[in-house]
Amino acid sequence: MSSRTLPLLFINLGGEMLYILDQRLRAQNIPADKAKKVMNDIITTMFNKKFLEELFKPQELYSKKALRTVFDRLAHASIMRLNQASMDKLYDLMTMAFKYQVLLCLRPKDILLVSFNHMDAIKDFVKETPNILSQVDETYQQLMEMYTPLSNGEFQLIRQTLLIFFQDMHIRVSIFLKDKVQNSNGRFVLPTSGPVPHGTQVPGLIRIFGCSGEELTRVKFNNGGNYTSALREGSFEIFGDRVTKLGTNMYSVSRPVETHMSGTSKNSAQHTKVNAAPNPLAKEELNLLSRLMGGLEVQKPGNADSGFRVNLFATDEEEEEALISRPDELSYGVINIQATKDQQANAELAKIMGEFPESGDQSDDASSKGDDLLAMMDSL
Amino acid sequence: MYRKEKSIQIKNSASALYNNLDVLRIAARRLTYFTVAHANVVNMVSESWDGLNYSHRQLQSKEPNVATSTSLIMQAAFCVLPSRDLLVVTSQKGIQMYESDGSIMVYWHALDTPETPTAQAVFARGISAVAENYICVGVSSGAILVFDVPSKGSNITLSEVLEEHKESITDVASECSRCQEYTANLITADDGGNLCMWRSGEEFQLLNKIPGFDVSCSSVKLWKGTVVAGYGTGLIRLYEAVTGILHAEVNAHARWIYSLDIAPFSGLLLSAAEDSFVRVWHLTMTPETNSVEVGHLYNECVTDTQICGAKFCDADGYAFAVTGYDLSEIIRYVQT
Repeated sequence: MSSRTLPLLFINLGGEMLYILDQRLRAQNIPADKAKKVMNDIITTMFNKKFLEELFKPQELYSKKALRTVFDRLAHASIMRLNQASMDKLYDLMTMAFKYQVLLCLRPKDILLVSFNHMDAIKDFVKETPNILSQVDETYQQLMEMYTPLSNGEFQLIRQTLLIFFQDMHIRVSIFLKDKVQNSNGRFVLPTSGPVPHGTQVPGLIRIFGCSGEELTRVKFNNGGNYTSALREGSFEIFGDRVTKLGTNMYSVSRPVETHMSGTSKNSAQHTKVNAAPNPLAKEELNLLSRLMGGLEVQKPGNADSGFRVNLFATDEEEEEALISRPDELSYGVINIQATKDQQANAELAKIMGEFPESGDQSDDASSKGDDLLAMMDSL
Repeated sequence: MYRKEKSIQIKNSASALYNNLDVLRIAARRLTYFTVAHANVVNMVSESWDGLNYSHRQLQSKEPNVATSTSLIMQAAFCVLPSRDLLVVTSQKGIQMYESDGSIMVYWHALDTPETPTAQAVFARGISAVAENYICVGVSSGAILVFDVPSKGSNITLSEVLEEHKESITDVASECSRCQEYTANLITADDGGNLCMWRSGEEFQLLNKIPGFDVSCSSVKLWKGTVVAGYGTGLIRLYEAVTGILHAEVNAHARWIYSLDIAPFSGLLLSAAEDSFVRVWHLTMTPETNSVEVGHLYNECVTDTQICGAKFCDADGYAFAVTGYDLSEIIRYVQT
């Protein structure tokens, strides 16, 4: 499928992650300076030059496992800590939000507008930090360079590739259920009303032409929906009104982020492991990951004061309960990457690996499976 | 006009791909086969006509070697030739042809896939049987591969490569009226909405080209010398194949059209789109005045579903079947 999907997937998921973390940091009354540091650190890492270079190369989409690991690392790019249950929930929310946006886009090209909505918000988060701001601006340029020349058909291919990535995900999100954009069975509501996409006419007209091109008759028919004419087209420039609300921040302090685990297990039979076979192309995924970690700012050890934990749930008890009760088929199987003798050549990487406490629930002890990083991925 | 019938459950949900459903009636065995693509797997169901017996089969997309990445399937379709029926599966790696029940693979054609991925995707998409012995398959480069199929056995050969389209092929269709009198018997469509009309033979002949308007044509049909094309903007257009004259234009759907089908005996047209609607139309040809009429007959809304495949189950259009993204069933409707 499309080899240009990964940058859009990463940037939009990253954007959603920032919305959620921003909401949680405020809900937990984390001091403003610490909260700002977390947001800045994550954004700096997300837009690290070497990392983006790797990201924008033509390539197939990563497996769910690999992408989840990338976001794990990204979420821990700063002094903030997340327990596994909170990280799982964060990732559920991010993915369901972007799945919703992809599905509801009026036309495939609008995915780029959704991406710009996320970028606009990210820019706003770092507007007071010029050096990070310039990284973000450069990414706008890269996005425009890569995507504005694409045809509608190519955008549809990107959309179809994203939809395969999101296939069979029906996690219920409280904010979606409340807003009635998601049904209780986890499927999104697809309205048959509202504006038609830019470039489309409201359905309902049949026109018959003669041989010389003259219109002979026009007949109307009932379209069964309640459509209105298209809105103006959103801007594909660095600045501008994107028109669509998809990709803007739907969270606020008063709207908590929750997911429901129940009701999703019946879909387990349909889980197809697309990337099940051992896969040397997973090397690409690891390159990206190592670039990401190489770009991380080294955190000073032993600075227990500045570190803090963010909880995606209302209480610690809830968080613990969520970890225990999470259905097996929804576990992400996060890759436990340990420093090997090859990687120790990359001293910075090794040092960073040493900084991060391994999160609790990595069931497969990768150390027993040998040194090769790839073998570790395959063993999970 | 139609009412919902019992759905058929499939092993995996349908992926969002154009024309993602095909149906084959085997009268001799009183069976109907259905085929739906999901990521790198094709789900086949066979249903006995009395509705009592079902059997399922899954086909995997073929890898030339295990070391390369998974190959996603773009389309699976039945090709009905006078002497045999085949199931053709197209993917990112190539084209597989099976006996129509999916039991044996009779042919594999690998696409030229580069070592490292390029910006331009590589895949095959658009499948049709043509005339007595050809199967045509489209490729992302715009090429059409013409395979010569013997009446039995696996000695299928690549007979010709038609290079006319510059953009990725979306769909390919042959004249479905079973009438030999029409000059153009193959139509090919691409991502730019460009349509090419061909006449099959030892060397395929390009008869006409209808330029697109930068809107992808995702599904195309050819019936009684008339091209029916469905577009990404929700438009359906009817053209006269050999001359390119526009007969009719319908503002048919509010979103991207994913599938068209024609019931050749009755002239019923089925259209389905991301907007959750399946619509049934009637086509009337009046050869004396060289005119084509389109009448709207029926709407069916498949709630909260982006439809990716819709096919009539018989040549009269008495029943039709529908697949949707993330849906693990084939929904059926039958005339009341």
